[in-house]
Amino acid sequence: MSMKLSTRQVDGVTIVDCSGRITLGEGSVMMRDTVRDLLAKGQKKIILNLGEVNYIDSSGIGELVSAFTTTKNQGGELKLLNLTKKVHDLLQITKLYTVFDVKEDETAAVKGFK
Amino acid sequence: MEQTVSYTLDSTLETVDHAEEKATRIATELGFAEDEVMQISMAVREGAVNAVLHGNAYAPDKKVTLAFERTPEDLVITIRDQGKGIDLNGIPNPLAPENLLKTSGRGIFLMRSFMDVVEIRPSQTGTEIKLIKHVRGTPAGGKEGSQ
Repeated sequence: MSMKLSTRQVDGVTIVDCSGRITLGEGSVMMRDTVRDLLAKGQKKIILNLGEVNYIDSSGIGELVSAFTTTKNQGGELKLLNLTKKVHDLLQITKLYTVFDVKEDETAAVKGFK
Repeated sequence: MEQTVSYTLDSTLETVDHAEEKATRIATELGFAEDEVMQISMAVREGAVNAVLHGNAYAPDKKVTLAFERTPEDLVITIRDQGKGIDLNGIPNPLAPENLLKTSGRGIFLMRSFMDVVEIRPSQTGTEIKLIKHVRGTPAGGKEGSQ
């Protein structure tokens, strides 16, 4: 299953609902372009909802890191929401789980922005 | 699965997906548990990414060789490229604090995390990565073997 992304607005926060695979190639590029477009439009409060992401490789992990740092460098904030077990485990073993702001509840995640 | 199957593949992104699919199918056929199948397929994907991108650099005249060998104790997967050979000393530790936010450099780490043995042999004519997953808790002869 290839990757699908859709965005929605909740109380000034952009939620990107992701599904499928974030892997080298199309998935990573889509993720990168989406975050860059949001930042270019001034939408700097971003939640990546990964609840339907069933697979991610090292390129996908790199893309998440890139999205996180790019947003932060532009004065924004990016959170991850609803990690599947596979993605959770990968972020644990790569020691990135504590780097990202990971949330399990969308409402709390939205309210958590400064 | 026969004792050994091998494939010669182009240096393309499609090869990465194909390698992963073959690994998933073969590991499943050999009776590995679901989480082990995921680990094996992911390690093979990372190995294939290394071969296609960093080894052969997408060169159309260079091939990737992928081989699966079943031994009584192990599934042995070998991935070879025709690049100039990876510099093992140039691979930073992705868990070091200063590298955590780097956007690349986790492929070999993930292979080592998911497989029991990972051997990397660079040479001037390419890099060979050997990925080994032990067959656990079953008598010699295969994971699906019975008493």
